[in-house]
Amino acid sequence: MPVLARELESRGLPTVVVTPMPDGAEHLLAPRVVGVEFPFGHAFGRPGDRATQRRVLETALTVLAGAAAPGTRVDLDLAWPEPRGVAYKSWQPAEPSPIVAMMLAAQKK
Amino acid sequence: MRVDSFAFLPRSFRPLFEKPPRLPDHAAPVFAPFEKRLAEAKVALLTSAGLFVSATQASFDGEREKREPTWGDPSWRAIPCDVTTAELGMMHLHLNAADVLADHDIALPTTVLAELVRDGVVGSSVSRHISVMGFQQAGLEVWRKETAPEIAAALRDEGADGVVLAPA
Repeated sequence: MPVLARELESRGLPTVVVTPMPDGAEHLLAPRVVGVEFPFGHAFGRPGDRATQRRVLETALTVLAGAAAPGTRVDLDLAWPEPRGVAYKSWQPAEPSPIVAMMLAAQKK
Repeated sequence: MRVDSFAFLPRSFRPLFEKPPRLPDHAAPVFAPFEKRLAEAKVALLTSAGLFVSATQASFDGEREKREPTWGDPSWRAIPCDVTTAELGMMHLHLNAADVLADHDIALPTTVLAELVRDGVVGSSVSRHISVMGFQQAGLEVWRKETAPEIAAALRDEGADGVVLAPA
């Protein structure tokens, strides 16, 4: 996603990336980054939690409109409401993705 | 407070994502200034959750990815700003789709953006947001050289002043 953000930005479109992996986005020089400590696939929060979804989107828009320079990063101080062990498992697919399956098979050899 | 980027990842993934290699032509900062007041600006959303409108659009190609595990479908879909969750399908082999298919706003917050427009926080929304499928490895060059320019042109045609991107 940082790669796509940079491609759009280089064509004149300001971007902000909302991500659970802000370290990687920062390293890849995404111009504006908002970090959320949420499981993958849940950048704006849990289903039905409009208050959190709105808070995340409003923060992203504030960073989008207000950042003065590339490399701006804001981390949101929001804790995921489920135990980490539960959330860690529940975002993952029932079957490993093809590339993970391929890597696991290679490790076994 | 600093977000732990690896809070929900298997420990074995950490070395892969800690310092991902930069593309040779992505080694310097890039920055397009946001020129307008937010209350006068038109905003677009972009998700990499692999969402598509089930009745009118093809799914992203998960079958080819199963055959070629390093390939990810580099195409994109335009998602109407008034789409409902029930109208959406999702193809993303790296995620459990259940929560996104229960409320797409967790990945593509079209409803929340409409609220912000109603409340005067944001000027307006584009009529069509963007969906891609985020796993890109062998398809990355197509994503960069074809998909990104097409998306940029579509958003420019819409008059977008800025884009909120969210990886799935």
